Amino acid sequence: MAFLALEGLTRKFGTHLAVDGLSLGVEKGEFVALLGPSGCGKTTTLQMIAGFVEPTSGAIALDGRDLLAVKPAKRGLGIVFQSYALFPHMTVAENVAFGLEMQGVATAERTRRVAETLELVGLGTFAARYPRQMSGGQQQRVALARALVIRPQILLLDEPLSNLDAKLREEMQIELRQIQRSVGTTTILVTHDQGEAMALSDRIAVMNHGKVEQFAPPHEAYERPATPFVASFLGKTNLVGGTTVRPEKISFAASGLAGRVKTRIFQGNHWLYQVDTPSGLVTVIRQNSGETMPGEGETVHLAWGTT
Amino acid sequence: MRAMKAAPYLLSTPALLLFGAIVVVPLAMTVALSFHDWGQYKGIEPVSILKNWHEVFTDSYFLEMFWRTFRIALLVTLLTAVLGVPEAYILNRMRSPWRGIFLLVILGPLLISVVARTLGWALLFGGSSGIVNKALMSMGVISSPLPFMFTETGMVVALAHVLMPYMVLAVWAALQRLDPQIENAAVALGAGPFTVVRRIVLPQIMPGILSGGVIVFALAASAFATPAIIGGRRLKVASTLAYDEFLNTLNWPLGAAVAVLLLLALIAIVVASSRLVEKRYAQVFG
Amino acid sequence: MSRNGPLALAFHALFVTFILAPILVVCFVAFTPEGYLSFPTDRWSLRWFHAIGRYPEFISAFWRSLWLGALSSAIAVAISVPAALAIARYRFPGREVMTTLFMSPLMIPHVVLGIAFLRFFTQIGLGGTFTGLVLAHIVIVLPFALRLTLASAVGLDRSIEHAAVSLGASEWTVLKRITLPLVLPGLVSGWALAFINSFDEVTMTVFIAAPGTETLPVRMFLYIQDNIDPLVTSVSACVIAITVAALVVLDRAYGLERLLVGRNVHGR
Repeated sequence: MAFLALEGLTRKFGTHLAVDGLSLGVEKGEFVALLGPSGCGKTTTLQMIAGFVEPTSGAIALDGRDLLAVKPAKRGLGIVFQSYALFPHMTVAENVAFGLEMQGVATAERTRRVAETLELVGLGTFAARYPRQMSGGQQQRVALARALVIRPQILLLDEPLSNLDAKLREEMQIELRQIQRSVGTTTILVTHDQGEAMALSDRIAVMNHGKVEQFAPPHEAYERPATPFVASFLGKTNLVGGTTVRPEKISFAASGLAGRVKTRIFQGNHWLYQVDTPSGLVTVIRQNSGETMPGEGETVHLAWGTT
Repeated sequence: MRAMKAAPYLLSTPALLLFGAIVVVPLAMTVALSFHDWGQYKGIEPVSILKNWHEVFTDSYFLEMFWRTFRIALLVTLLTAVLGVPEAYILNRMRSPWRGIFLLVILGPLLISVVARTLGWALLFGGSSGIVNKALMSMGVISSPLPFMFTETGMVVALAHVLMPYMVLAVWAALQRLDPQIENAAVALGAGPFTVVRRIVLPQIMPGILSGGVIVFALAASAFATPAIIGGRRLKVASTLAYDEFLNTLNWPLGAAVAVLLLLALIAIVVASSRLVEKRYAQVFG
Repeated sequence: MSRNGPLALAFHALFVTFILAPILVVCFVAFTPEGYLSFPTDRWSLRWFHAIGRYPEFISAFWRSLWLGALSSAIAVAISVPAALAIARYRFPGREVMTTLFMSPLMIPHVVLGIAFLRFFTQIGLGGTFTGLVLAHIVIVLPFALRLTLASAVGLDRSIEHAAVSLGASEWTVLKRITLPLVLPGLVSGWALAFINSFDEVTMTVFIAAPGTETLPVRMFLYIQDNIDPLVTSVSACVIAITVAALVVLDRAYGLERLLVGRNVHGR
């Protein structure tokens, strides 16, 4: 049995099935992303694991124990909330110490672990600050430290990076990954950002309408999507003559599917093309290697390998 | 450019004129009045003497009356906080439509004439045969009827009722600003319901409670209709005393001195406590 | 999710009883058939409601309160709008002082205002007149009108006005076609809140009203001073009924919570 096992998990809100018989096994130390559009049931799943929402039916087991029998306050899970949910009236150190206090950890030990964890997230010098006095990225780290300091069996991340700007988000992704690797905590990330899910996780559970459509490592899910939904959600796709082809797999060649370049957009490291062909509009992505590329209105031939 | 600079003043001219003429001038005249002399037969004499102020500060009658006024205001503030804070919290946890309905029930009385509401308490207290006494005795809380009419207890209860919506409103507004996830975060870290309230919710809504307290205190100390009806002619507070000096005894200068002192004392207390609250929470809540 | 436990609900029940008891008692006693204050036990009677008709001073006081409230609130709103625009739009020397001045009637005890107005109106020959009442009521309800007009003026997205200007609208057109319609909901609720406060005001008015110019709450207060009998309960019951009706209409139209809580005054 997996370290964290969700079995036939179902949650109804009125007549709406938010989560529909979901089963999933997460191994110890693994980083798993629940990925899907809003309303796919990923957040409800996370809240059922945390204990804030009760499942209508189904079971959750952690390390062989029935997790649903444990009160939310006793589950000992670390959670990073989308809004961070820092205690605004407490300093950073007090925020991080709160969970240890609840566990009755002795003061000396508490102080040591708080300092250690703040060091881990790179906030060693910010202990006496209040959340208000910190940037979004720093608040995010405090939230992470607060969740990690109690040495949770599982770390739950609820869209943790969605409130950060694009550049900071990328930095935090790298850092989050390093921290998770170094402490080795089993982690579940809820996100709607496929890039984030692919960058961070060992395995991705792509969810739609309360169900998991595919549960696989990122590369596998991207290269061999199990369903059309997974294919379209994990990046751009073209449907040409009944097969799906990723835009970056198509190249301009001497022969192949003929078409006329409708639009060409420069995006720094690559070019984005829309080509009008007899089988419809085809999106093509070409790396910017410095070569001259076909311009708008030119006739091109498209070729791709078959996999 | 000059037109731009003058614009805000031009826009506020009507309000400024009105307030200058109808607020600033009359208040200044009242302050001046408090220095005038008065006699049973000679009436008001426009001189500048300290007679009234001397009387207000030295006569133990006034001292006792002001002490009573602020004691009642403080008790009313405490009572509204003790009852209003938990109620606002409970209200906030209710689901619609109950939340809206009970909010309307609790805030609605704010809009009903204070005379009608106090009349209700006068009927409920109504001497030893009043409903409150009957209820308390049948529940075994008390063995003999408590006097409510013409007492401070009665005034405190009635004023707490009249001013309760302000406290609930202030705490409610503070609760609305809380991130509901914060309570969940505390629970996930192992806090029980009592700890969540004491360590997480209360500290965050404390500024709301305190500002509600300041409002209730100021309104209780300057309340007139309720103390006048419940206290009758026997039990005076600052505002009812000033009223008597003006409309019964006709010693306007003395009444003006009482009123001005009430105003100054209130401003001092309110400004000082607001400063204190602001200073205490500036760092945390910005 | 968090739910209220049985203890919390018991507290809530007691609290609501505390809030409603005095109001319900007044309404019950109003239906007594007796000539003295008592609960209608075996039968209900409207005699004390009919009795109101024999006291024309209550009826005229009611109409006077209505007119006074409507008039002073309308003038207060009319004065508030430009002042609110000034405070919301400009940073100028004296802005804070001015705002404090306009909000000061909330802080000054109404007894003190009553005394000040009494002294002032007597001196300038407006003592006991309806004009005096209107002036005094404009002052005490202005903070309520200003608070809500200010909230809607601050909440107004200025780029909407800039858009109108860029499309060729003159300043006057912008005001008439864009600004005023956008702040109108704030004005209406500001007027309503001002009206309610004027209609209920007793402490200040009791000083400046004379026998011919008494408002309803003042008449009721003075009546209670002399005698508490079922007449004043039936009058109160009518006032309560009217208030509750107005409240329900207001709640449907605007949401009472929004009206009472308002938004941040200083636009921070």
